[in-house]
Amino acid sequence: MSATGIGAPVRRREDGRFITGAGQYTDDLHVEGQVYAVFLRSPYARARITDIDASHALSGEGVLAVLTGDDMRADGIGDIPCGWLVKQKDGSDMVSAPHPPLAHTFVNYVGEPYALVVAKTQDAARHAAERVHTDFEELQPVIDLATATDSVEIHEGVRHNLAYDWELGDRTATEQALADAAHVVRLDLVNNRLIPNAMEPRAAIGRYDAATGEHTLYTTSQNPHLARLILSAFVGIAPEHKLRVVAPDVGGGFGSKIFVYAEEAAVLWAARRLRCPVKWTAERAESFLADAHGRDHLTHVELGLNEHGRFVALKVQTSANLGAYLSTFASSVPTYLYGTLLAGQYKTPNIYVEVHGVYTNTAPVDAYRGAGRPEATYVVERVVEVAAREIGKDPADLRRMNMIQPGDFPYETPVALTYDTGDYEKSLDRALELIDYAGFSARRIEARQRGCLRGIGMSCYIEACGLAPSQLAIQLGAGVGLYESGEVRMNPTGNVTVFTGTHSHGQGHETTFAQVVSDRLGVPFEDVEVVHGDTGRVEFGLGTYGSRSLAVGGSALVKASDKVIAKARIIAAHMMDVGADDVTFDGGVFSVRDSNRSMTIQEVAFAAYVPSNYPLDLEPGLSEKAFYDPENFTYPAGTHIAEVEIDADTGVVRVVDFVAVDDFGHVINPLIVEGQVHGGVAQGLGQALLEHGRYDDYGQLLTGSYMDYCMPRADDVPQFRVDTTTTPCTHNPLGVKGCGEAGAIGSPAAIMNAVTDALGVRDLTMPATSEKVWRAIRGAKGGIR
Amino acid sequence: MEITVTVNGRSHRLDVSPNTLLVDILREQLRLTGTHVGCDTSQCGACTVHLNGDAVKSCTVLAGQADGASVVTIEGIGAVDDLHPMQAAFREHHALQCGFCTPGMIMAAIDLVEKSDHLDDAAVREGLEGNICRCTGYHNIVNAVLSVAEAKA
Ligand code: FES
Ligand code: FES
Repeated sequence: MSATGIGAPVRRREDGRFITGAGQYTDDLHVEGQVYAVFLRSPYARARITDIDASHALSGEGVLAVLTGDDMRADGIGDIPCGWLVKQKDGSDMVSAPHPPLAHTFVNYVGEPYALVVAKTQDAARHAAERVHTDFEELQPVIDLATATDSVEIHEGVRHNLAYDWELGDRTATEQALADAAHVVRLDLVNNRLIPNAMEPRAAIGRYDAATGEHTLYTTSQNPHLARLILSAFVGIAPEHKLRVVAPDVGGGFGSKIFVYAEEAAVLWAARRLRCPVKWTAERAESFLADAHGRDHLTHVELGLNEHGRFVALKVQTSANLGAYLSTFASSVPTYLYGTLLAGQYKTPNIYVEVHGVYTNTAPVDAYRGAGRPEATYVVERVVEVAAREIGKDPADLRRMNMIQPGDFPYETPVALTYDTGDYEKSLDRALELIDYAGFSARRIEARQRGCLRGIGMSCYIEACGLAPSQLAIQLGAGVGLYESGEVRMNPTGNVTVFTGTHSHGQGHETTFAQVVSDRLGVPFEDVEVVHGDTGRVEFGLGTYGSRSLAVGGSALVKASDKVIAKARIIAAHMMDVGADDVTFDGGVFSVRDSNRSMTIQEVAFAAYVPSNYPLDLEPGLSEKAFYDPENFTYPAGTHIAEVEIDADTGVVRVVDFVAVDDFGHVINPLIVEGQVHGGVAQGLGQALLEHGRYDDYGQLLTGSYMDYCMPRADDVPQFRVDTTTTPCTHNPLGVKGCGEAGAIGSPAAIMNAVTDALGVRDLTMPATSEKVWRAIRGAKGGIR
Repeated sequence: MEITVTVNGRSHRLDVSPNTLLVDILREQLRLTGTHVGCDTSQCGACTVHLNGDAVKSCTVLAGQADGASVVTIEGIGAVDDLHPMQAAFREHHALQCGFCTPGMIMAAIDLVEKSDHLDDAAVREGLEGNICRCTGYHNIVNAVLSVAEAKA
């Protein structure tokens, strides 16, 4: 392995600009002549807009316009679509309520934008926004997920506020197996609503050139090409070839910047109307109110076991809160990214899941780190843990005896997936060893002497990543293919410019992808530049989410590199006057078999652009594109184990040790992979112990700032201990699986299993705040161990 | 009103309103966009700079309060080819991902190391409580800061 090749912990090249303050995030851009937008947002969870009086606002100095949802509709701007059509149990389509970018008649959640004020300065726009008088007629909101289907209809014609009633698996067989089971564990679980909180608030600048008709959108997006596609094809802002979307440096996404948002459409539209660039940057309060939230499930689960402890059936019923409108991928998250993962790592033969996708008067809920898979893991790993306790088996042993074995692959689950490879026991064993599982009881006794309750909990997760085989995804309702594109361009002087349709907003693609291409082409790492995030420079792409960038985007680059090598081989053979079959390629050098003649790939590149001695039937140039469409999902899996200590007097929970052993297939850059795990685990820890997006009965967001929404801070998390095992993915050329979400998928269940173990209670609802834990301690029957 | 403020060693006379924030003059007037704004309640620390030698949240300081003061921002502590040890440590330890919290985190960390006699894991975590990072889980940030603290000891 070279110092910069595949597997090397290369220090990130993007860091140079970030550590010196030279990053260029959207709000850092200053477009000549830019003016500022401030959005007017609904103060009510559900209301009819009866009047908007902008006259006072318009008289303010520097105020250029107040534009409303009605204006937008009059200009023919379309609704924001949901990109994934889920079929219901009865075969009918899901019900997607119209979602205008700016509300015009009704508002349906607190924070929903219904107008914008544009002014020459930010201050003027803010002041003017306060002087717009809007009359609302308040309507009864629907906030509580548990009762939403029996409440008033939010959207006309959407009965029971149900977007869909969906199922997967064999209900009859599952229910029969449960009826015959020796032991059935039943559990009601809540997956708490989370608010993503990437540290960079969303921002957008719209620009319009009247002379050429060209529109440019600078935006905080994880997938600029998809934003362009949706804004042109559906919202109808501008034709695709007249719309350029640039996502420059983006300060974290975690899913929340996948989606097309109202503000992006609005600034482009306003820029065209006003003939000047329009900029908007969210305040954090707006991020809380109007970024798509995550999770928010209520679930009833039943796990049946036979007399030996083998799982015989799993039945899951979930209500998933989708918020007021279906955001871009909202419908797929609690269905195809959730129900399909309920087999976990186990050979449960019968699985059935039904999901109600429910509208409420709250912010839209969509993908957040893990998206469906953390929810599935939480269900499986909590119920398995409770089962172990109820039948008196060691939780590790019960998991082990039910695990899919290496010889079982490819393994077809009862919920539509085929796992290609894995070795689950290996990760489990390594994690048990790292945490010193055998020594736990001594640690528990020692903690008790200090007045602390110590608990241990594990979670053996699996995820489906590398989204996604296009045909399958489209069959299941996706509105787009989920391949990825890439281009590898050798420049005449022998260095390389790489274009990828994925987008890096913290993942370090500029480094990892350069490692991949430099390794493949045998050119120095320093000579490979990676370009992403601009529809004006990169042909096409589907962006970054679902831990897909390396498995799908990286594979596209491998494919394009191989095309470059194939063409270069023909050129080299011609120049060395032999047949292409006589030329070998290794480490950037083409050599003639059994001779000392050779050429470097850089020499070939020069010849390709200066074709003096060149095959007549070959085009000049050395640049190749590839689209890579995966054959299957990838299946990262692993074991996370947490140890917690609870202060018996205060109920404060501390995660004192955390071990994550993950199988991501081959690892390109271990430094980056470990960082992804750390960050994911911290978010999972946040979900388990700290974070909860809450509304009151009127639909006011109670957790609308960092005063009320508890983000993990440095002293809330421990040092993590991270290791990997490797079973290479069988169907992509790099053998990689993806590592971006695992931390957030595996950790919540591990931590909650540890907390409930420490407390000796069956369940506790996330987040396990000190108050809840304190109450559990006080309320615990028979005392606390 | 007019203020005079020295930023990264250069003196500026600026026209500001009474409600202008220090972060606004840095970002908007001086176009020093390395200092970021991550919240509106003075809690994320993305805007941390040094004011007369102390780490402050520049979203919580009025421009008027900086009259006559010396301010150092992330742009003022080092350059790509001449990094401050804290910048170098952040890169070496992979203490950043999206980079958005990073300038504030580095400015806070420099202040922490300068003003502490002894730092261990717990002390660094406590010292960085005012800075939120959503990407890294803090693990590598803490290690980066500890490495600089150890080098100083
Ligand atoms: S922007 Fe200053 S603390 Fe968040
Ligand atoms: S590196 Fe992204 S918020 Fe810290």
